Amino acid sequence: MRPAFSVILLTTLIGVGQGLFLALFSVQVLTRIGMLAAPAAPGFYPVASAIALAFLAAGLVASFFHLGRPERAWRAAAMWRTSWLSREVIVLPAFMACVFLYALGHHLGWPSQPLFAGIDATLAIGAIGTALCLLLFLCTGMVYACLKFLPEWHTPLTVVNYLAFGCASGLMLAAAYAALVEPKLVRFLAAWAAGFTAVALFTRVASLIRNGRLRPRSTLQTAIGVKHPRIVQSSQGFMGGSFNTREFFHGRPGAFLRAVKWSFLVAVFPVPVALLGAGALAASPALVAAAFLVQYAGLLGERWFFFAQATHPQNLYYQRVA
Amino acid sequence: MTQLALVIDLNVCVGCQACVTSCKEWNTSGAAGFLSDDNPYGADPTGTFFNRVQTFEVGEYPNTQTVHFPKSCLHCEDPPCVPVCPTGASYKRAEDGIVLVDYDKCIGCKYCAWACPYGVREVDEHQKVMKKCTLCVDRIYDQQLAPSDRKPACVMACPTNARLFGDIHDPASEVSQAIRENAGYQLMPEWGTHPANHYLPRRKQELKIHDDALERVDNPLKIDGKLPRPGVREPALDDVTTW
Repeated sequence: MRPAFSVILLTTLIGVGQGLFLALFSVQVLTRIGMLAAPAAPGFYPVASAIALAFLAAGLVASFFHLGRPERAWRAAAMWRTSWLSREVIVLPAFMACVFLYALGHHLGWPSQPLFAGIDATLAIGAIGTALCLLLFLCTGMVYACLKFLPEWHTPLTVVNYLAFGCASGLMLAAAYAALVEPKLVRFLAAWAAGFTAVALFTRVASLIRNGRLRPRSTLQTAIGVKHPRIVQSSQGFMGGSFNTREFFHGRPGAFLRAVKWSFLVAVFPVPVALLGAGALAASPALVAAAFLVQYAGLLGERWFFFAQATHPQNLYYQRVA
Repeated sequence: MTQLALVIDLNVCVGCQACVTSCKEWNTSGAAGFLSDDNPYGADPTGTFFNRVQTFEVGEYPNTQTVHFPKSCLHCEDPPCVPVCPTGASYKRAEDGIVLVDYDKCIGCKYCAWACPYGVREVDEHQKVMKKCTLCVDRIYDQQLAPSDRKPACVMACPTNARLFGDIHDPASEVSQAIRENAGYQLMPEWGTHPANHYLPRRKQELKIHDDALERVDNPLKIDGKLPRPGVREPALDDVTTW
């Protein structure tokens, strides 16, 4: 598949936003049950929630560039009964609304007014937001995992990877934010960011190993229904390109793919964790921010590779320009 | 239930591309708007087509066969492109089984093309919506046309009659009979999409010669000698009425 940059940006940006929100809400819950000291910085939650919202909005904007007819995007909410893409289209704005209310609630000081049984409004909104956030990870992953024709994507590991990468990158950003405004939270968040990065490493390597062993289910024999071991296409039926030759071929040599793979494996996992560790120990916001930026850049490569690695059976029909 | 479909006889197709041009001509002229082309005479021509004729070489020289392979939307009975569409623009008609795209609802997200293993959906680069074979839905029900013309444009154009059109759910139809009698098959059956379009395989052409074709009917006793000359007024047995 040809990697679509709008979709690469969408999935990585909303992953960061979702992970940051989960980190914030976890801090709030742990603070409430007394396992963490409450953040002292004024505007800790509202500003961080606004940052999460900005990432989600940037992802949403990026997604519009994928559409041929963005002015009709509202129609995409129609088929939520059957389409994971439609479900994602519904859950993303709902989650963004929750994050907005969460930021607003913290800004207006709702935590000081408990609703019932010690639960205040922001905790309730945060709980709903967490549910929507996890649902959004599921929808985003299933958009790809539900396509049985792309065996590289058609696995639960796709959903797990989206979740793990989102949490890892969001926690990295949370650690960088805390390093700036609330240094005593840095070690806690950095530890979790490193933990989720390790989980992501495990699940992504598992999917890489799995994908390396896949054998295509369709062959030229089943594609045209001729049972002969040697079939060669001599003409795809047209002299130039078409949508089918542009959308489904990345057109890069195998060496380029391998280079991207090893680059993202380095940029997403060991380098950010090392920078993060150094930043947390030295209490350096710049190092922690660098950890986030390096990992985000690596995630762009990871998502590019995710697309490029998938081989569509339709490619069997488009092998020879003539 | 009706399921309209094409049956394409690979034994007969000569790869002349008449169905491609006829399809393009009909479908670029319809109410749904043009099928865009870019650089038709340039270095890198590109365009939207519903139908493509591809060519494959089967076997190793000298034992090779050239197989011309027309390919368009197969109007699957379980179309994987339909449930993934977020807007409902892609749909399968209940009354005749044709899979269509509502060009006014399509947002051009290309997700349906990802969900089609056959590569028969093409985005129109100018109208920015997904397009595909409609089985000439604007032609096959047109009461203005003579009944014999109510067929898809590709079927009308085929000079070798390699394309048949009809209801594959009607066991008496021409297409059902062709599938039944000539081992019609579906493409990529491994995905369970149940394509409605079928292909008839290459098959050995045998000339059946019956005994009575070798043996003169008017010589039942195998008397190969010269028959007696009939009278001038009598007709000959082979109906050459007179000498």
